[in-house]
Parts: sequence; C-alpha cells; structure tokens
Amino acid sequence: MFKKILIANRGEIACRIAKTCKKMGITTVGIYSDADARAKHLEFMDDVVHVGLSESVHSYLNIDKIIAIAKTHKVDAVHPGYGFLSENAKFASSLIKEGITFIGPPVKAIQTMGDKIESKKVARAAGVNVIPGGEQAIINLSAARREAKRIGYPIMIKASAGGGGKGMRVAKNEKDLESGLKSAKNEAKQAFGDDKVFIEKFIINPRHIEIQILGDLNGNMIYLGERECSIQRRHQKIIEECPSPLVDESMRKKMGEQALMLAKAVNYSSAGTVEFVATSDKSFYFLEMNTRLQVEHPVTELVLDLDLVEQMIKIAAKQRLSIKQSCINLNGWAIEARIYAEDPLHGFMPSTGRINSFLSPVIEKNNEIKIRLDSGVHEGSEVSMYYDPMMAKLVTHGKNRENARKNLSNALDLFVLDGISTNISFLNNVLNNKVFISGNINTSFIDQEYKSAFLGNEVNNEVKLIVAIASVCLKAIEVKRQMYVGEKNNGKFYATLEEKGFLFKYSLIDSNDNNDHKLVLEYKKDKFDVKIKLIFNSSLIKLILNNKCYYIQYKKVIGGYKVKHGGYDGFVSINSPYEYNLKKGIPKKVTSDTDRTLLSPMPGRVVKILIKKGQKIKIGEGLIILDAMKMENIIKAEKDSEVSEIFIKENDAVFVDQELMSFI
Amino acid sequence: MDKITEELERKRKKAIEGGGEKRLAAQHAKGKLSARERIHVLADKDSFEEYDMFVEHRSKDFGMDKNIIPGDGVVTGHCKINGRSVFVFSQDFTVYGGSLSETHAEKICKILDQAIKLGCPIIGLNDSGGARIQEGVASLGGYAEVFQRNVLASGVIPQISVIMGPCAGGAVYSPAITDFIFMVKDSSYMFVTGPDVVKTVTHEDVSAEELGGSNSHTKKSGVVDLSFENDVLALEETRRLLDFLPLSNKDKPPIKKIIDPVSRKSGNLDTLIPDNSNIPYDMKELVLSIIDEEDFFEIQTDYAKNIIVGFGRIGGETIGIVANQPMVLAGCLDIDSSRKAARFIRFCDCFNIPIITFVDVPGFLPGTSQEHNGIIAHGAKLLYAYAEATVPKVTVITRKAYGGAYDVMASKHLRGDVNYAWPTAEIAVMGSKGAVEIIYRGSSEKEIIKKSKEYQKKFSNPFIAASRGYLDDLIRPNNTRYRIYRSLDLLKTKKLSNPAKKHGNIPL
Repeated sequence: MFKKILIANRGEIACRIAKTCKKMGITTVGIYSDADARAKHLEFMDDVVHVGLSESVHSYLNIDKIIAIAKTHKVDAVHPGYGFLSENAKFASSLIKEGITFIGPPVKAIQTMGDKIESKKVARAAGVNVIPGGEQAIINLSAARREAKRIGYPIMIKASAGGGGKGMRVAKNEKDLESGLKSAKNEAKQAFGDDKVFIEKFIINPRHIEIQILGDLNGNMIYLGERECSIQRRHQKIIEECPSPLVDESMRKKMGEQALMLAKAVNYSSAGTVEFVATSDKSFYFLEMNTRLQVEHPVTELVLDLDLVEQMIKIAAKQRLSIKQSCINLNGWAIEARIYAEDPLHGFMPSTGRINSFLSPVIEKNNEIKIRLDSGVHEGSEVSMYYDPMMAKLVTHGKNRENARKNLSNALDLFVLDGISTNISFLNNVLNNKVFISGNINTSFIDQEYKSAFLGNEVNNEVKLIVAIASVCLKAIEVKRQMYVGEKNNGKFYATLEEKGFLFKYSLIDSNDNNDHKLVLEYKKDKFDVKIKLIFNSSLIKLILNNKCYYIQYKKVIGGYKVKHGGYDGFVSINSPYEYNLKKGIPKKVTSDTDRTLLSPMPGRVVKILIKKGQKIKIGEGLIILDAMKMENIIKAEKDSEVSEIFIKENDAVFVDQELMSFI
Repeated sequence: MDKITEELERKRKKAIEGGGEKRLAAQHAKGKLSARERIHVLADKDSFEEYDMFVEHRSKDFGMDKNIIPGDGVVTGHCKINGRSVFVFSQDFTVYGGSLSETHAEKICKILDQAIKLGCPIIGLNDSGGARIQEGVASLGGYAEVFQRNVLASGVIPQISVIMGPCAGGAVYSPAITDFIFMVKDSSYMFVTGPDVVKTVTHEDVSAEELGGSNSHTKKSGVVDLSFENDVLALEETRRLLDFLPLSNKDKPPIKKIIDPVSRKSGNLDTLIPDNSNIPYDMKELVLSIIDEEDFFEIQTDYAKNIIVGFGRIGGETIGIVANQPMVLAGCLDIDSSRKAARFIRFCDCFNIPIITFVDVPGFLPGTSQEHNGIIAHGAKLLYAYAEATVPKVTVITRKAYGGAYDVMASKHLRGDVNYAWPTAEIAVMGSKGAVEIIYRGSSEKEIIKKSKEYQKKFSNPFIAASRGYLDDLIRPNNTRYRIYRSLDLLKTKKLSNPAKKHGNIPL
C-alpha cells in the first residue's frame, strides 16, 4: 500500500480524499494557491505546499509544478480528485514517467474517453446505444451548418474537452447555430484551453442517468448501480440521487452491462462513470464517459455503504477488487444537493466574499437519519472568483425516496451559511416541488418549473403557514421584551407574505430564560399551539407545532423579518391591524432612480460589450458579457430603455456594484 | 351644560376632521398619512393624550378670521413608547398646509417646556409648508421661540425629528438642532431656499428632490441621519431608536432583558483580519458579532461610510459604537467622517451612553480638497469630542492605528478607560514603507525594502504600545464581546467630571 499521497486538488473533494487517506493510514500532501492560503482543505493534510498564483493555470493546472512537488515530497501516488487535472492524460503519463502512480484509469482510456468524438466511435463499435452525431470536430460555421442539417435540429454544440456544462449551447435553428458556435468555442477555449467542439442531436426533455463502474488492474469489473442527475441548471447538475426513479431492475442491468462493455473496450480500471441520456420509455443512449471520481459519488456510497476513494486507492496499489457484482444491492435511497455560492434570487449570479457564519446541519449523531456534509469551506472561508463556485455537498439517506427527500429538506433548513449568497433555499424549493416529488423529472425541469427565475415564493400553503406563524411568534416575543414599563402578552398581527396578509391573534403563554416560548395563535378558525426556541447566534428557530418540528432561519430587518424555510426565501412584513390598513392605502411608488444605472452584480472581467452608446434596448436583451467564476455571464436589460453612457471597456476588471452603464 | 357638551363635541369633531376629507384624500394620494394616523403608529395603543385641541389662531387679516380650524395645524400631546412617556407634535398638512402660526408655535413650545421639565424625549413629525404668511412677523417670532427651546433642550432630553413632507426655509432649523433627523423617501424634502429662489438667484435649474430630497441629505450633505421607504417604517424605526435611549440626561438608558449570553464567543472574528494588511474587511461583521442579537441601530448609514456609528447593546445595556470601516477609503479619517463621529460621540456623552471604539485607521486622508476645506478644524472636532467625553470609553484596536489618527481614536491618552488590542494590531507613526523613506531618505530602493521590513517587524505588532501601558491587554478576537462586557460592568461606577466652565469652545 502507498505510504504517501499527493492530493492535487482543492475544496471539498481534497478534504474528502484526505479523510479516506487518514482512515487508511496514508500520509497526505496538499497543495494550495495564493487565494487558498487559508483554505479548509489544508487542515486535513499532513503536509501542505504552496503551488502558485491564484489563477488555476498557475496553480492547480500547473503540471510541472505539481509533479515537482510530488517528487520533492517523495509521494507514491497522486489523487487528482475531479476537475483540474483529473482527466488530463499528459499529467497522468508524466507522473508515470516519474515513477509515481496516478490514482485513476490508464492513460489510454483517459485519452480515448476524453475525446468525445473518439469515445462515441468506441462506444458504437462496442455495441453501446449512441446518440446520432458527434462523429467529427466542427471546424467552421459552414461545416456546422452541414452537420446540423444532416442530424436535424434541435442540435447541441459541445466542447470536445469539456464537462461541467461549460462550452455547451443548444441551437434550435440555423440562427442560433452561429451565435451558439461562437460562444461555445470561446467558453471552451477559456475553460479548457481547447476550442474544439462537436455537434450532436439534441434530445428533448431527456433524463440524465449514469452508471458508476469500478475495475481493477486484473480486468475484474463491476457496475455499482445508477445515479440520476436530471436536475440541472445551465447543464450543471445540482441535485443527484441514487437510485433513479425511472430505472427498474432490468433497465439497470442493461445499462450496467453496456457500461461494462464500453469500459472493457478501453481496458478501463479505477472508478469511472458512463453517462447516458434516457427517455421516459426507458430507452437510453451513451453520452460520454467520465474517467474520474464524480462530484456526485457520495449518493452511490451511501446506498452501497462503500468508500469509492478507498477502492480507487486500493486498485491503484494493484489490489484485486474484492466486491462481486452479485453482492451489489442498492439499500434505500440517497439524494445529494450541491451548495453553490450564487444568488438564485438575482439570476443565479455568482457570489464571492467571506463566509462569516457556517453551521453544519449535521447536528447530532442519529443512526436512523444519515446526513453527510462534504464541505470545502467553513466559517471564515473566503469564496474567491478564481474557482468553481461549488462550496459543499449535502447528502442524506432514507429508506425510500420520500424519506431521503424529507431528510434533505430538513437538513437544508438547518444549514446556516451567511456572508455570501447561496442556492440553499433554491435547492430546498426544488426538493419540495410537486414534479420533483413525483419523480417524473428531466433535464429541463428547472426551465419548466422556474421559467426564467427563482422568486423565493414558489411554495405550498403549508410552508407559507409555517413561515407566517414563525414570524408572528418572533414579533410577539420581541414586543414582550421591548416593553420597558408594563406587560404585553397578547394582540393581533398581520403577517404579510408576497402582498397577502394573514391576520393572527396571539397570546404568549410562557417564556423562560432558555429562550423557550409557548404561544397560542389563531388564524380564522384554526388554533395553533406553538412551542418555539430561539437558537442564538445562528438566527435559527426551532418551532414545534402538532408534534412536528420545523427549523426556520430568520433575520430581523426594517418592518419585519427575512425568512427561509422549506424553499421559501423572502420578506415577511409584520404589522398591527391598524398599520396594516394604513399601509394598504399607501400607493405604490413608481420606479426609483437606481434603475437608470446598471451595476455590476459580481466581480469579474468584461469579456464583451454587446451594445453601443445611444442604442435602444429591449427588456431581456444582452448588454454585457462578464467572465466570473470561469463562467460567461450575460447581463441582460431589465426594461426597455436607451443606453446613455457606458463606463467600462472590454477586458476591464470590475467590482461588485460598480456602475457599468446608464440609461435614459 | 348640555349645550356646552354639544359645543365641545362639535369643536372636537372639527379639530379631528382637520382640513377636511378632500385634503386628507390628497394627503393619502401622496403616500402620506395624516397627522393623527402618524401619532397612532408611533404611540403604544391608546396611549396618546392630546393637548390644545381647541387652540385657534388669532389672525384677522386676509380673511383668516373666517377660516378657523381648532388645533391650528398641529397635533400635540404625549404618549407612551413601549411603556415610556414621550412628548410628540405632528404637523397637519391638511390644515393651512401645516404652516406655522404664532399659536401653532405656542403649542409646540408648550410641550417642549413640559418635556424639558419632566425629562421626557420629544419627537417632532414635520409636514409643513413653512411660515403662516398671513401672520408675517408673528410667525417668524414663533419659529425663534421653538429654536430657543430646542437649544435649551439639547443635551437634556433626546430630540428626534421626522421629516414627513415639506420642511423649508426657517423651518429647517428646528430639526437641525435636534439630535436625529429621519426622512421619508420621495415624499419629503428639506432646504433653506427652494428651487424657485435658487433659479432666480443663481440660474441653477434643480428639482426639489435633487436639492433637498432624502437622497441628497442622507448621502451628500449628511444633514439627515436615515431615510425610510414610507411613513409607517419611519415611525416604527423611530420607536426602535427610542428604545436605545434614556429619557433624559439624568436617566440611564433602559435595560433590555438579555437573551444573548454575554459570554458568547464569536469564532468568526478569529479569521476576520486578512493576512495581507492591505486587504480590506468588513468592520460591520465585528460590530454585529459583539452586540446583543445583532441588533444594531446604525446612524448615517449612507454618509461618510469610512466610519460606522450607531447604537447596540451588550448585556442588555445600550452602547454607542464608533468604528473605522476599512472597506471604504481604507477606513481613513476625513472631514465628513470626523464630523459624523464627533457629533455621535457628543450625543452619547450627553446621555450617559458608554462609547466603544473599534480602530483600524491608516491616518487622515491627504489632499488639497481636505486641507483647503479645513480637515484641521474638522479633525479637531473628533479629537475634542473624544477628549471631552466622560462616559465609559472602551477601545479595541483591530489592526492599523497609525499616526495622529491613533491618538484621536479614543486612545489611552484621551482618557480611554480600557484599551484593548487584537494580536493583529499595528501601532505606529505611519506605514513601514513611508516611515523608512523618511528615516533613510536617499537610500536605494533595495535598502528601503530591507529597512521597511525591519520597521514592519518592529512596529507591526501591539507589543511596544502594550509595553508602555498604552494598551491594557491584548485580547483574542473571539472573546471581544465578553471582554467589553466585563469592562463596562466594571466602569459602571465611573465618576469623572471636566473642570467647571460655562462650556468649552469646540472648533466649530
């Protein structure tokens, strides 16, 4: 077995790999860039080495430097994690040349599967179902037109070297094709340093289902069930589960066997994932093979009670696979939610900055509910603009899908992460969405269910009621505490959510010094006996109603509370009936001055300015392309107007709230 | 008897009607509440007691004798806010445009006199077109009577003004003297001369909103402390501010029941200061971490953002917080921030509110605009305010405390009672590079870099200041709340007075 492993990665995956190494008694060496000098993953390593500047090209993608570090620290092997150099054949072969083991598949397999055109050829030859198209790289626009015509619209343009949704565009017609090709190439060049793209048939409303495989150096190979990753935003997975609600035993067997056929064709070893698109009639097509550990591997681990990283290390150390295919039994259900630093309430713009509060939802050891948090950040971490904005993964297990889903929703309610914006409420909202609950999902789920935006109020009446009750209770407790002379233990309040007022009568029955309170609330004819506990310094309340326990996050703001619970994320205004009626009479204000200027929603670099001074613009029209967090973000017009002034030029670095342009 | 009761009811009804239904509807259409509605939002339920409902003006000119509405355009009286008594006046724009007559002024003066005598705060809700022109000099006299009382009340009782409509000409000077001014966005403005006069005299074309709207006053002039979206929110926040304040200078601030333990540690503070001392961080995180329940009432949020001032509580008791903000202008002191902080400190000193200062200051902002506009005098105000204050003063240096700015920011030398520093503190005359360039003038670049490293090593720590006793202790960031709490607890018995004098001569 290896004595020392270099973990050539950062963030949650570096922490996760280090944990397994520790368990196996292997010494770890971690690397960090300038921006990561205080990063969490360093705390898990036995030794840490500075690798270079913040930009990943100079650090986590710097092959020469990383190999030099591996040599000076005399490591036996390198685990690349996912992303960065995990599927870089040059990196793997350079390591092998230095006599260091690359914990991953053979170089040849990386090469073949890394080239998406090549991989399809191999798949086709191996007898795997394949989507039409994707047989050749697209050199120019006319070639693209020809290929698109041959396959038939709609088509998908994809970066050959890609992954993670970068460098991907859908074209529904020839017009889309031109702009899509250009931006896909740009993004591919930016993200992978290779602008090679290809075109394939775009399957409408497909489901994304993938098979995890494991193979040793002796040719033993097994498949470890599937994962469904259909919940995606901009082709980026955000919620994954194992098993898939679509897949039955026979489909699983078919998919698994095809995956192994492909793997065998390239003499695969280590962990790998064969991705398929599937349709509701249970037919499936090969998409691509990822020759690395996947982000979403924990759902498989929870359902199979297995450590995939441990398996990878053992295989790399030439150990035989000890698990037999016949022993693979899926036990229960697991769902994973990816926590991103982004602002779903404002067009999912990336968010950077300091995490000033981080409270793990894994509060108590409970054998019945399995919650796993794989996090690359903690309190005090700085989320920079240099790397992928995924901060953590929250995974829960349950005896069935509904169980796992409820556990995850509760865990998200308990997850406090403040200082920057996150998608936690959005994830929770998805988990409580009717279509998601039904399991009848596909990769267009978010576009279909959330149209263009997440508003924070797409919740059912039960969630709204809990939010209203919690807000009224908070105000009632506050009012009691505020009385410096006299007492006030009962009254009436309107809780207003999204312009709808709920009138509650309340009486505060009991409060103690432990921040436990008992209240009775009445709404119309319903009476609620509420027990509430304020959990300090985490802005969290635990509310007990009808023997059910709810966790609610809140912040006191002028006029009420900002409340998060069950996918609700918004402002709740609390008023006495007198104030409520007066407020109702106040006319709505017309747009304020701020709408006349466009402020940068995030720090980044101006890639392209799409409009000119004096140009008339329409709502939804693209104004500026900002490169931030390795993504090209298009800033769109929020109303019809005319551009009066542009304050920036292309390639400028901009900061949050910097004025970019003004309108007439 | 019946007749008198009848007459009383008739007059009362007329007074409550004010300017009548049509004018009230116009008031509502502008997004404004009526004078009485405002009081009912401000006051605890059923606690308002009105004075002088039957006061009528004495003007006979220009047909005013035929136009008499009891109450004369202002509602006055007293009420409770969370159980504590305050006096309040609320101008009624529906009655003669809320204009100020001799009798209208008398009503305000009456409650101001009462408030001073009883030691209760006064809250003025301003919504007035200005002087009652029909009365001429009698109205002007009325204004001056109010000003005089505002000045006498200053430092005796807290005075809060909420501008909820027009406030122009001489009328602005009553709020200007009071301790805090709030405004309602879009429906209020304040200026000495209006857009029409400005146009005639200077040919400058400017709207009322641009000249004296809430945006101009909260961001540019700094005259107004805070602005709010509508009347209800402005009044709710007025209630909240009052909760931090004592009723008078003879009183202590109210004590709120603690639910946030004083010994609570703030682990986040251990990572607040970045490794590189040129990288900013948000001082507000420190402020919110050390006070009770993150409940911070910030004053002048949008003005001179390089310094943060506001009220919070530790252990349930009110404190005034002054903190440099490294996120804006590197947290340096300039004219605006000095004036902002100085006025806040003097308010705290008047009303027995301990002052907590968080220091991260690289110095005073250099430049001709600062020098020519008198940073010397304005900076001196801040120095004066700190030096003069006799309330408990606790100071925590988090990072930079450079040069004269170190002295100014509640240093030990200005009678700081307890002065702490975090291990990241750097107390020096100036930044290391600047210092070395002076000491080793003419040396090579390489030499300067070497020497500045030396200088940095010597001064980029709190030990020299601590060895001289300028700091009482070096504390762990995560324990800052508890250490401040213990200091304040100790300082409760502090007694300190300045030499007897009529008043000092602060460099105004």
